[in-house]
Amino acid sequence: MRSSDFTFRVGVGAFAAALLLIVIAIAVTLANDSTLSIQKFGLGFWGTSNWDPVAGEFGALPFIWGTLYSSVLALLIATPVALGIAVFISELCPGALRAPLIFLTELLAAIPSIVYGLWGIFVLVPAVRSVETAMPESLRALPLFSGPPLGVGMFAAALILAVMVVPFTSAIAREVLRTVPASQREAAFALGATRFEAIRAAMFYARTGIIGAVMLGFGRALGETMAVTMVIGNNPQVSLSLFAPQYTMAAVLANEFTEAADALYLSALIEIGLVLFVITLIVNMLSRVLIWSMARQAAPRPAVLVPRGAEA
Amino acid sequence: MNKIVMRYLAVALIAALAAACGGGNTEPVTANSSSGSGSSQSLQINGAGATFPYPIYSKWFSEYNTLHSNIRVNYQSIGSGGGIQQVINQTVFFGATDGPMTDEQLKAAPGPILHFPTVLGAVVPVYNIPGTTAELKFTGPVLADIYLGKIKKWNDPALAKLNPGVTLPATDVTVVHRSDGSGTTYIFVDYLSKVSPQFKSDVGVSTSVKWPTGVGGKGNEGVSGLVTQSPGSIGYVELIYALQNKISFGSVQNAAGEFVKASVDAVTKAADAAAPNIPADFRVSITNAQGAGAYPISSFTWLLLYEDPKDKAAGKAMVDFMRWALTDGQKYAADLGYAPLPANVTMLEQAALARIKVS
Repeated sequence: MRSSDFTFRVGVGAFAAALLLIVIAIAVTLANDSTLSIQKFGLGFWGTSNWDPVAGEFGALPFIWGTLYSSVLALLIATPVALGIAVFISELCPGALRAPLIFLTELLAAIPSIVYGLWGIFVLVPAVRSVETAMPESLRALPLFSGPPLGVGMFAAALILAVMVVPFTSAIAREVLRTVPASQREAAFALGATRFEAIRAAMFYARTGIIGAVMLGFGRALGETMAVTMVIGNNPQVSLSLFAPQYTMAAVLANEFTEAADALYLSALIEIGLVLFVITLIVNMLSRVLIWSMARQAAPRPAVLVPRGAEA
Repeated sequence: MNKIVMRYLAVALIAALAAACGGGNTEPVTANSSSGSGSSQSLQINGAGATFPYPIYSKWFSEYNTLHSNIRVNYQSIGSGGGIQQVINQTVFFGATDGPMTDEQLKAAPGPILHFPTVLGAVVPVYNIPGTTAELKFTGPVLADIYLGKIKKWNDPALAKLNPGVTLPATDVTVVHRSDGSGTTYIFVDYLSKVSPQFKSDVGVSTSVKWPTGVGGKGNEGVSGLVTQSPGSIGYVELIYALQNKISFGSVQNAAGEFVKASVDAVTKAADAAAPNIPADFRVSITNAQGAGAYPISSFTWLLLYEDPKDKAAGKAMVDFMRWALTDGQKYAADLGYAPLPANVTMLEQAALARIKVS
């Protein structure tokens, strides 16, 4: 019995170790293959905007900017929608509607990214363009909306990312809300809370899990490639404008990797991969820290008092 | 002692029988491991490279396989850059590229690599101007100025002068280019660099360049998708893509001063006109070719072979294949939208094929 316990422990331990090794191997390979570019450009690679394969000058700033900007925008659009869906399904939805709604949101997650991209080109981009052309001149003068009305650009990319992120965030937020003990809501109602207040209490109870759901959506937005490259306009520039064509790290990799034959060029592209890897790592670590600090603050939890024995 | 010898013989006999039974075996012997040059042996040859010639190459390899059932060619269309890389690393037997290898790349290879043009392609300007269905005329310098962002409106005097009788609106020009690294971009910027000194110094020639203006679409379909949907836009796609999808495109003035609308014939004429000046290694750009009727944004696509291949059997098979592709194979080109090579170029190539050491 004991020996089988031991083998089991070693076995699953090996799988866990393999996971760690894969991550380390990816980091080492990326760093190793980008040596040429790291030596040539140093830290300046992160801060310069010039991306010129002909002259052999490479800087990642527009791609870093485009990736973060599009992901943050997507998050701003997607989070309220996703949380709304999650709250509706878990708290307010009539029983008969619940299963179809869950099925539909999960269906959204299963659509391949290239299909989103095609839908983006043929439906979303013309719609965005008509919004852009209809926008009054006084607004168009603002830096946030400057530039010709192309349709493709940062706004279209953020919208399509938001649509892709919603099912992930809402599915996890829904599961998290399900884990909130019924006693929490019952207690809130017992204290005379309205429905909205009870839901707010439940969301407060589940807040670390909800932050986790949002961060997972952010991680997905950072790495999304195909749909974004089809609608973002692929122009490496740092611009605040929502209507300007911009570029992301994942998109430039997908676009230029196959035809990059020059050693420095290839190395610079791999360094873009390394930068994306590092940024994803930082984002994940920050979200961990956020969740950890919230969990610590929450230790004494006087928000809703639960009488002993009332827990299910 | 005797017994052991007998046993060995028996084993050998059984092995030989087994081999004979599987005589017409479907198991392909890879090019790297085959040693004999017997024609009965089945041979698999691996190649990789450009996506542009993929339809004609796969047609050729399947047609050639019906003629020579023992030779099977496996071609992966991973892109010109990848093809060059894999040929240099010798992970494939032959490569294919839309832009010739640079001197540096040739030096990086373990042995001399030869270029063989196989068919021709061309790049055409496509546009979407509100209120105009007329076929527009362009010149190289005007196209260069559009892609440099210097011509900003469709009713620019330079465009109006080329197109008398066409009412051009005062809308902004939206420039669309390829976002992915591509042989199509290479041909287009190679042409623009030849006709515009400023384009050459500001942008230059490569499969991916730093565009001064515009938006990027992924692939021919991405560019044509953006152009058909954005009023006032201009883009460039492969001739074959425009023909297959019935997209109308403009004509471009050639070096002789004629406005030529791209066609299979006009592209072949460009190669024909360039043939007398083709260097021995065939690494030549034929954009902006001299000569009547030549379409100016045309280019070869090349197959890459080692001059002294390690695997002689595969080398011989590829030389035989190339001789076929340059003669009988050319008739498949036009149906698929590729321009066939002119006779004077294929003659030069037949002579160059003799340089490959197959024994």
